[in-house]
Amino acid sequence: MSVLAAEGISLVLGGKRVLESVDVVFSGGRVTALLGSNGAGKSSLLACLAGLHAPEAGRATLGGAEVRAMPAPARARRIGFLPQAADVHWNIDVATLVALGRLPWRGRWGETAADCAAAEAALAATGMTAFARRGVEHLSGGERARALLARVLAGEPEWLLADEPLASLDPAHQLEVGAQLRAVAAGGSGVVLVVHDLNLAARLADDVVLLRDGRVVAAGAAEDVLTAALVGATYGLTVETGVTATGQRYIVPVGRPG
Amino acid sequence: MTRATTLLALGVLLAAILSVAAGKVWVPLDAWTAADPRSIIIVELRLPRTILALAVGAALGMSGAAMQGYLRNPLADPGLFGVSSGAAFGAVCSLYFGYAAQTWLLPGFALFGAAATMAALALIAGRSGSLILFTLAGMILTSITGSLTALALSLAPTPFAASEIMTWLMGALTDRSWNEVVVSVPLIVLGMAVLARTARSLDALTLGEQAARSMGVDPHRLQLAVIVGVALTVGASVAAAGVIGFVGLIVPHLVRPFAGHRPSATLLPAALGGALLLTVADSLVRLAPTVSELRLGIAMSMLGGPFFLYLLISMRRRLA
Repeated sequence: MSVLAAEGISLVLGGKRVLESVDVVFSGGRVTALLGSNGAGKSSLLACLAGLHAPEAGRATLGGAEVRAMPAPARARRIGFLPQAADVHWNIDVATLVALGRLPWRGRWGETAADCAAAEAALAATGMTAFARRGVEHLSGGERARALLARVLAGEPEWLLADEPLASLDPAHQLEVGAQLRAVAAGGSGVVLVVHDLNLAARLADDVVLLRDGRVVAAGAAEDVLTAALVGATYGLTVETGVTATGQRYIVPVGRPG
Repeated sequence: MTRATTLLALGVLLAAILSVAAGKVWVPLDAWTAADPRSIIIVELRLPRTILALAVGAALGMSGAAMQGYLRNPLADPGLFGVSSGAAFGAVCSLYFGYAAQTWLLPGFALFGAAATMAALALIAGRSGSLILFTLAGMILTSITGSLTALALSLAPTPFAASEIMTWLMGALTDRSWNEVVVSVPLIVLGMAVLARTARSLDALTLGEQAARSMGVDPHRLQLAVIVGVALTVGASVAAAGVIGFVGLIVPHLVRPFAGHRPSATLLPAALGGALLLTVADSLVRLAPTVSELRLGIAMSMLGGPFFLYLLISMRRRLA
């Protein structure tokens, strides 16, 4: 399993500096959550890791090789990227949508048996097999999110980078899709998520990276990073933390300090 | 190939045979041999005309499907793009200066107009790969070349030139010869090959630009391929037949219920559907009991306008 890393990444977008010398190493087989306020640079960092932005300085590397220097199809096979926008521009059915995830693998002569098998496995893993023939316009928000996740999983990526995959879901679906993401990591792939919900991050993530104004505040194992002091410093808030009766950590913002 | 595509291909074949036989003079199949004097109608008039109807229809249908897939907009049309009106302006210039007496000059000017518009579009859209810039640039070029065409029409040196320009602008396949076939068909085939190669990228674009890029699509190369493909197909079509609207808009919609909504799945059926529609329409305008032949471009607009309206109304219902 190759290591995905941000090596001193500085990024300027539209004249604004959004990332400043970001150094983070991500480990495979684990779920890493990127946390921070709006505009802290979470999505930008994720897009840099996927090779979608050219940083002003520094680079994203996968197994030591620069991500942006990799040939596009090879990169697409190893890094699956799930953007924040749940765009599906045509009313294709779920099976067709999921099969799109195999495009980076597709040879000149169309789908192979391996492509079909991977797409079916992705449908099964997300519980979407029963919806295979349904048009995406007729899915609920939760079903759509799962179908889009299945699209990325069909590509069998080594790394799954997802920008707020849980944002539009109700709590039940958040737990369900969250469990699927954990299963992906348990299968050996690396998972990096942008998350806004602190409690969801505490529940899902093995590792956490806290970002503020384009800089890393803290990075490491979730239990070391999700402390009242560090989370409070990241968001500029007073935060209370604790553990529920079932052993689930929780984080509650209570207000501005002072 | 799906069953729908096979049926379409069969329909195209039948329409082609009908188109060769049909006209003010019906030529039965047994008169197609060289021994029969009517075979000259077949070889010199009907055959090139049928081949052009097939090629132009296929070109417009496929470029329409590619444009809709690329812009992710079901109301996109290859004419949106400026190439069609650029080619028309080129052709009008040759009529204006009276060069059209030379058979090669009018299509040559039209192709030059298409290429110039394409180059301008590629320059304006630049390396950004941005859809909004691309669409606006296309619209502005359409408007500029359209106004230049109107200028040429209003300043036409003789009433004859003016009426020639008017007639040509309406679009038709009347009295076309093998010259137009030789000029246009190879370019159309080349353009369709370029568009066919965009299929996979168009599919990836279904998930939005960022997802497509993460799947290995180079937006700049895709844009260039779409520009070149549409310029070749539409430019060569206009050079051969003048401006024939709506085929590129309507046909992808007609084939989508059978072919599926995936952009790549509509490219070939839209090409076949366009060839079928234009060949049948061209046979019908020949058969219509009008004094002078009904112009194909007008017939398609009269069909296309109401269809467009129907499309808007049904979309409004779905959005409401």
